[in-house]
Amino acid sequence: MKTLNRRDFGVAVAAAILLPATAARADDMEVHIDNFVFQPAEFTVKVGTTVTWTNRDDIPHTVVSAGKFRSKTLDTDDKFSFTFTNAGDYKYFCSLHPHMTGMIKVE
Amino acid sequence: MSGHDHGEDGVSRRKVLECMTWAGTGMLWTITGGVPRSLGIIDSAQAATAAAPGMTFLQISDSHVGFDKPANPNALGTLEEAVAKINAMPTKPSFMIHTGDITHLSKAAEFDNAERIISQSKLDVHYVPGEHDFLDEDVKFYRERYGRGTKGAGWYSFDAGGVHFIGLVNVVDLKAGGLGNLGAEQLAWLEDDLRGKSKSTPIVLFAHIPLWTVYPEWGWGTEDGGRALEYVKGFGSVTVLNGHIHQVMQKVEGNVTFHTARSTAFPQPAPGTAPSPGPMKVEDARLRAMLGVASVNFKQNEQRLAIIDTPLQR
Repeated sequence: MKTLNRRDFGVAVAAAILLPATAARADDMEVHIDNFVFQPAEFTVKVGTTVTWTNRDDIPHTVVSAGKFRSKTLDTDDKFSFTFTNAGDYKYFCSLHPHMTGMIKVE
Repeated sequence: MSGHDHGEDGVSRRKVLECMTWAGTGMLWTITGGVPRSLGIIDSAQAATAAAPGMTFLQISDSHVGFDKPANPNALGTLEEAVAKINAMPTKPSFMIHTGDITHLSKAAEFDNAERIISQSKLDVHYVPGEHDFLDEDVKFYRERYGRGTKGAGWYSFDAGGVHFIGLVNVVDLKAGGLGNLGAEQLAWLEDDLRGKSKSTPIVLFAHIPLWTVYPEWGWGTEDGGRALEYVKGFGSVTVLNGHIHQVMQKVEGNVTFHTARSTAFPQPAPGTAPSPGPMKVEDARLRAMLGVASVNFKQNEQRLAIIDTPLQR
């Protein structure tokens, strides 16, 4: 339970940071996979930010950005992290359920 | 697990199984006069099978061995129940096709367990992979077990009972934002495979993801499935058998009958009725009914499958 609370707290903090959409900071970000959706699906971060995806579905997913990064298969509650060291637009998707897409803008 | 084959334990277990509602897929097909027709799920089909001449074969799908989440904590157990039902059939089918997602996470032990249970049917099984069967690091476990004699990622064809069967793979090289994918190489092979075949040859196409567009919002369709269907257009009888969506759906377009099979593991929601296509948790008492015989569309004495979109849930 403790980890859950921490995680939810982290989301709240992340959401608060994101509200002014332009005010991206080099803080770590979390993306949750719930109901076959990356949440948040799109956001902006600064170079050096580490983003961590957590699969909270009962079905495995992957996080794949062609030529940029590719997670292993993430079973329930598995995580994948990637640190963005270059600016650019990173479109990604789940290679098992390709209708699941997301985008991270790195400044 | 151990000991259930012996003595009174075995008998009582069998009786328990007989009393349980049939869980999972077991669509029985018979081919009479070259036209496949569905006989419904096994129980309903048994009487018809006895009278129906010609070849029969079985389709199972989406066994997801290794799945242990709330929607069904024992997917191996319900697969075992499915095979027990198959073994109890008075008329033995000629063979079985498995339309993919044999395992949940492509672990070697999951493949081994699936094989251990499915082989108890003592039927030849023709597999096509689901996306859950290509998850191991080296993507080799499925190919090692079922890829022999196949092309590309595992496609192939064979003839049985005067019918031409084609197993297709539409779960690899999926594109962001897209659906299932056959790819140019496989489509070229398919066109070549059909070349020279008499148009009166009944064709059965089977693949994991539906080759027709069921619900693109959930990825339930195949990007280039229409291309494959164009190649079979001239044939008098075409039957397309898929899995992936864990529920029965069927429709007929011209000479083409489309059908999706149930899972032996867990139900999925009807298109658009839930936030996602993920495993649908139902009351324990309803699980087998959801997957079971009660929801099968059964048309007796019809030469063709009726043009029916089976209700998604009853």
